[in-house]
Amino acid sequence: MQVGSTLAEKILSARSGSVRKAGDIAIAAVDLAFVQDTTGPLAVRAFREAGFCELANPEKTVLFLDHAAPSPSWQLSNDHMSMRSFARETGCVLSDVGEGVCHQVVAERLARPGDVIVGADSHTVTAGGLGAFATGMGSSDIAVAFALGKTWFRVPESILITLAGKFCKGVYAKDLILYLIGRIGADGATYKALEFGGSGIAGMPVTDRLTVANMAVEAGAKVGLFPSDELTYQYLKAVGREADYKPLAADSDAEYLERIEIDLSALEPMVSKPHTVDNTVTASQLEGVKVDQVVIGTCTNGRLQDMEIAAAILKGRRRHPQTRLIVGPASPLVLREAIRKGYIDTLIAAGAIILPPGCGPCLGLHQGALGDDEICLSTANRNFKGRMGNPRGHIYLASTATAAASAVAGKITDPREVL
Amino acid sequence: MLKGRAFKFGDNISTDHIVPGRLAHLRSNLPELARHVLEDADPEFACKVKPGDFVVGGSNFGLGSSREHAPLVIKMAGVSAVLAKSVARIFFRNAINRGLPVLICDTDSINDGDELEVDMSGGTIKNMTSGRTITFKPIPDFMLSILNEGGIMPYIKKHGDFKL
Ligand code: SF4
Repeated sequence: MQVGSTLAEKILSARSGSVRKAGDIAIAAVDLAFVQDTTGPLAVRAFREAGFCELANPEKTVLFLDHAAPSPSWQLSNDHMSMRSFARETGCVLSDVGEGVCHQVVAERLARPGDVIVGADSHTVTAGGLGAFATGMGSSDIAVAFALGKTWFRVPESILITLAGKFCKGVYAKDLILYLIGRIGADGATYKALEFGGSGIAGMPVTDRLTVANMAVEAGAKVGLFPSDELTYQYLKAVGREADYKPLAADSDAEYLERIEIDLSALEPMVSKPHTVDNTVTASQLEGVKVDQVVIGTCTNGRLQDMEIAAAILKGRRRHPQTRLIVGPASPLVLREAIRKGYIDTLIAAGAIILPPGCGPCLGLHQGALGDDEICLSTANRNFKGRMGNPRGHIYLASTATAAASAVAGKITDPREVL
Repeated sequence: MLKGRAFKFGDNISTDHIVPGRLAHLRSNLPELARHVLEDADPEFACKVKPGDFVVGGSNFGLGSSREHAPLVIKMAGVSAVLAKSVARIFFRNAINRGLPVLICDTDSINDGDELEVDMSGGTIKNMTSGRTITFKPIPDFMLSILNEGGIMPYIKKHGDFKL
């Protein structure tokens, strides 16, 4: 008897037109393919060198200029020019400088439950929070997907993460994913899908799911998948896309490689120490570590909810005089809403620097590179050596609340102390 | 038969060690970018490596970003294969797409500077320095068919499509 399918098996079977199980190779239709400005130029060259001229789906092919936005150098400006001209020639979609971080824009405007999404950026997995089989690849793979409208996958085995209970005050989705990565390790899910289920997800809005799915790749996973349910519908409706909704869930008799149960109410604020994401401890264990720079933003925690959490903590307070506070809303939609709701005003009054929508200092290109031996506490997803522009810098990762509380104290602080 | 010296690295060598984001402005100038290959793991590597040599990692080699520039500059440095205990998914796919073999094996017995001989079809790595022979896991069939064409672009040019 045929056993049921995981979410990964379901989506890849549907998009390849035949039943596919873990371990099979699937040639799947691609619903959305994109690149960003540090991987796009190589994809454009690979596309041209292969002799391709036309895109399979121009309206589902997107070039994002977000990593160096606005550009800090003439070389990157030239890369932007080559991508703009590719967009003009092929008729694909261009999301220009200032129009937001690719993964946030994909979530707001493009990703649909059940889609197959490939991007030349490892955090393409973010859209798994909306029930899309979304994964990162290199420039050549994406160039092929641009031209053929399909790609190949080895259907991954899935690890089921069953969530129960609710977060306590001061504990967030970011703490959950940092905890999980610390528990299974930076290669704990290599080649696998992480699938989330259980009663705990009913209280977890899509913004939280996007944060969790975003970091699936930090455990090595191919994809981090949530089912599509009522909360997915609410999110899509809020961004004016309720027509894109469809329910999606794994079969109850699906086979998983492994099951992990997590009680959300037992979690505490977590921090990843330098230089690997799985180097996690509780925030309280690091109390007192002095922080030179705090970054709130990126594709992990640059959403409206993050601006709200940061503003709530920073209202009537100020950043510590020796701690810089950098805030980067991930998209124009987030920025405008945060202005409208007064969050940005509160943050500026608290001494924050507000960056334009984009990746900001996350990958060490500009806007907040670290000095020698400086310590940064960031809401981003990576703390690798050299990540923020200096191999002699030290990056700690945490939730937005931990970041905001630490900016006030000038040292790593458990946010429950100020909430 | 591939022959060369081993350059040994530890666990969790990320794409930021191989080509850090601060050098993103060099990504359209690959020869220049290649001069910085693996700079944040071993600043001298780019000067020392010779054509044919091997990059030998521990577990989870190539974790992090999707930047294909990482395997590309390793290949441009003349490296004939990457050997590691395990390798991150996107790096693996990118390396094969660029015709750079990635061999999964127990690298603990390989020391920095050892002379190695790799028999691709036999699946063995002979350590000429220690005299030990180890085996590597076969590359999955579908990836091997891409590698055998020299990468994904030559593969697609030849077949026009994916062939199962
Ligand atoms: S915000 Fe950071 S992790 Fe996210 S896409 Fe940009 S550089 Fe990558």
